Amino acid sequence: MIHIRNLTKRFGDVLAVDDLTLDVAEGEIFGFLGPNGAGKTTTIRMLTALIAPTRGTAQVNGHTLGEDDRRIRQSVGLLTEAPGLYENLSAAYNLRVYAALYGVADAERQIQKYLSMLGLWERRDDPAGTFSKGMKQKLALARALLHEPPVLFLDEPTAALDPEAAHLVRDFIAELRREGRTIFLCTHNLTEAERLCDRVAVFRTRLLVVDTPINLRRGPFGRQVVFHLAEDAAPFVAPVRALPFVDACEAVENKLVLTLDDPEQYNPEIVRRLVALGADIRFVGELRRSLEDVYLRLVHAQNPDL
Amino acid sequence: MLKILIYKEWAEVFKNRLVLFTVIFLPLLLGILPLVMLGTMGNVTGESSLNDIPPSALAMCPPALSAGECVQVYLLSQFVLMFMLIPLVIPVSIAAYSIVGEKRVRSLEPLLATPITTWELILAKALAAVIPAVVASWAAFLLFAIGGVAMAASPAVVRAFLHPMWLLAVVVGGPLLALLSVSLALMVSSRVNDPRVAEQLAGVVAVPLLALLFGQMSGFLVLNRNLVLVFLLVLALLDAVMLYFTVRVFDRENILTRWR
Repeated sequence: MIHIRNLTKRFGDVLAVDDLTLDVAEGEIFGFLGPNGAGKTTTIRMLTALIAPTRGTAQVNGHTLGEDDRRIRQSVGLLTEAPGLYENLSAAYNLRVYAALYGVADAERQIQKYLSMLGLWERRDDPAGTFSKGMKQKLALARALLHEPPVLFLDEPTAALDPEAAHLVRDFIAELRREGRTIFLCTHNLTEAERLCDRVAVFRTRLLVVDTPINLRRGPFGRQVVFHLAEDAAPFVAPVRALPFVDACEAVENKLVLTLDDPEQYNPEIVRRLVALGADIRFVGELRRSLEDVYLRLVHAQNPDL
Repeated sequence: MLKILIYKEWAEVFKNRLVLFTVIFLPLLLGILPLVMLGTMGNVTGESSLNDIPPSALAMCPPALSAGECVQVYLLSQFVLMFMLIPLVIPVSIAAYSIVGEKRVRSLEPLLATPITTWELILAKALAAVIPAVVASWAAFLLFAIGGVAMAASPAVVRAFLHPMWLLAVVVGGPLLALLSVSLALMVSSRVNDPRVAEQLAGVVAVPLLALLFGQMSGFLVLNRNLVLVFLLVLALLDAVMLYFTVRVFDRENILTRWR
């Protein structure tokens, strides 16, 4: 649905996006994670044909960037970081303007559908300026969906929302997944990404990693296994670290924490080695990394000054 | 599409009291003020007041008119040019405010993300600014014309100040001037950091008109039919060129990445 090849954007001397290559499948919710200033919004702006790439290309919904820009804009929905509503106009009129711009055939029905779905129908005649942040964000979401785009770009959809409003918006995004839409979700809310996304990419000017949230938690820094011993674990560190498949090993009181690529394969051998060394093993478990931990490691690995 | 964008602009812009004041009171003032002056100077019709009229303007006065009638024609003619200032001032304030508004609520990005072309966007913004200005200036001129007819010393005076040349200047020149000032306002606003600067810079358009106005008042220049026609032709050409360049310099990327 979205195919990005070597996409690069430079603003003068500043490299905003560097050689991004990525594919997003139809019906997928794809999380695009990165710190502020990482180039996430610039990437979305390029993919929605708002700004032109310096180099590289992309296909969005079968349309090529730079060749079919108008068709791309017609076939995608964009929720910008700021809702960007006409605050003096009513909620319904805001949507009416965009329905006309997108050439929506049955505008009033679509307006009613999305305002009702998002719980704003009763407030349709109120000026958007009187809405709370959450309501504004929902109205902006309705605006992005009016023309039923198969591809949605959501730029920080829950930023600055209170937990209840954020929860509502997340539920709505999950609902959109069930409709089979492809969603490109820019966020630095890792819980949100973990809960909603089929795959996530960690991005900071260039692509650092892309995988499912589960695989990301396991890798790319290896999986961690904890051996709970009956005695002090320190004497066992050196012989276990000497095993060729052990990436790292440290002792924390009577726990031995190992980093391995494939615990299922290597755990039995480690258990045998520890028993041979006289260790009394009480329990073996996997230490689950959080996505946040992986994200922070990735971002800091690229820029240790952070 | 254009219709709803224009309505949207009006619904937003006219919530601003300053813009509303400019659109309603400026034309009203310019419609009534000349009549008040005409009323107060109506009795000054002697040879002495003829001395105040530049000789070049006096030469334009039809021979059949009396000295008093010539003074009236001269006064009314000065004010007709003022009606061309209205379509210059009003649309600039509307266009500048509509852009400042877009910037304030950050609504330009979702708008540009729609399939709208730059031509459509510029045209909608230009028309939303030009239409109220033209309607307001025509309404003010109508008020002025009705009052002028009622207060004129003779039908000959009416015929002189409602000369087709002046009607052409107001009815055709007004919209052309409005379009010119809006194009400049939009062009400048798409190139500067603070779109409000556009309002001031677009005021440059008024300079040639003011020069024309003072030229006529001082007698240095007297507008005649040929000069008005040349003026309108130049305006029409300038409009086409300016509109073209406004669309060309409306750099979506620059605006999106610069406006924060």
